[in-house]
Amino acid sequence: MSTKPTTIKDVYEGAVQDLIDELGRLPGVGPKSAQRIAFHILDADPADVQRLATALVEAKARVRFCDVCGNVAQAETCQICADPRRIDTVICVVEESKDVVAIERTREFRGKYHVLGGAINPIDGIGPSDLRIRELMARLQDGVVQEVILATDPNVEGEATAAYLARMLTAIEVKITRLASGLPVGGDLEFADEVTLGRAFEGRTLIGS
Amino acid sequence: MPVARDEAIVLRTNKLGEADRIVTMLTHRRGKTRAVAKGVRRTASRYGARLEPFMHIDVQTFQGRTLDTVTQVETIDALARPICDDYDLYTAGTTMLETASRIVAAEDEPAVQQYWLLLGGLKTLAGKAHTPRAVLDSYLLRSLAIAGYAPTFTECARCGAPGPHQAFSAPWGGAVCPQCRPPGAAAPSIEVMLLLAALLTGDWATVDQAIVRDQREASGLVAAFSQYHLERSLRSLPMVE
Ligand SMILES: [Zn+2]
Repeated sequence: MSTKPTTIKDVYEGAVQDLIDELGRLPGVGPKSAQRIAFHILDADPADVQRLATALVEAKARVRFCDVCGNVAQAETCQICADPRRIDTVICVVEESKDVVAIERTREFRGKYHVLGGAINPIDGIGPSDLRIRELMARLQDGVVQEVILATDPNVEGEATAAYLARMLTAIEVKITRLASGLPVGGDLEFADEVTLGRAFEGRTLIGS
Repeated sequence: MPVARDEAIVLRTNKLGEADRIVTMLTHRRGKTRAVAKGVRRTASRYGARLEPFMHIDVQTFQGRTLDTVTQVETIDALARPICDDYDLYTAGTTMLETASRIVAAEDEPAVQQYWLLLGGLKTLAGKAHTPRAVLDSYLLRSLAIAGYAPTFTECARCGAPGPHQAFSAPWGGAVCPQCRPPGAAAPSIEVMLLLAALLTGDWATVDQAIVRDQREASGLVAAFSQYHLERSLRSLPMVE
């Protein structure tokens, strides 16, 4: 416990430091960026700050995850799962919702998605049971789905996750494909440009038999 | 000297900012070290694939004020490819990387023996001549031995009485004789003790002939021995089948 009396200055410094700490916990924001954003917010018009705060709280309150595919959604099912024009026989498996956005940009894919919520990463303690793999298996039980496209990131964790899924799926009568090589290994799917990703979709390769 | 060039094995990578990664490596001459790889998560980067876990590389780094930066990297052996194509190799290999990172605790202190052991272990794993679990178990025992926790599977770890003995105690360092045996010590068969000795010395003929039940029991004892001496448990080990 501090013996110093609490002054206005102490409270002020605490609030600024709390803001910097919270911003610094965001992905891709280092201590310097956190400080820069914090002082930008302090300089900004109170109405602008209120709008930002409202947007954060509203998004958190209203956006949820699709019961079917795990993608971000505003209702029980996401727009893609609810769209009758999308093909039911093909499921594209991705790590994150942002990968859905990257693939949608290519306009190559008319099927549905399954968002795993990450990749298998044992050192970080993320195993198969921490991902939405059981939900994927459940979706394949009725025999409607004919093809599963494994579109995990082209890096070690993504490849290993695809290897695990391919092994799990051999027990089910379904065609398993992987996005064609040509995607930069070690990169994130979200950074792949439309042309490269589109080509990878067209040239996807069959796994197993 | 601001520029360093060395051979290395990539232990792990962490995302940094928008498109960079921090790469943790076990290098031949400098031991464990970390460096920033700029832009490797973007499509245009040619470095990305070479800086993935398991890769054996020739790497040049530039010494910065806080962190080093990777300036050049060439592949020596693309071990990531065979290892992540097979899930059992991946979980065993990941545990080897985590163990190396844990045992070589300090950064920038040479750990040449650990470097060669890890490289040999990953190459053996990728070669698929032995079961992934046996390669991992052998690696764990030898890595701990280099670190100063050499187990014994013949004479008694406490009094030195010649073996073989049929009791095993992780805290006491392996085999224990009937007199020294603490309560709660495991009681493996002679075959399991011989298998453990073979894993430690790299006697693959004996290892490959072992029956599945003995392999399982030996793996359990290696896990107990490793977890005890590494203090904090390995996160990846429970995911190895
Ligand atoms: Zn959905």
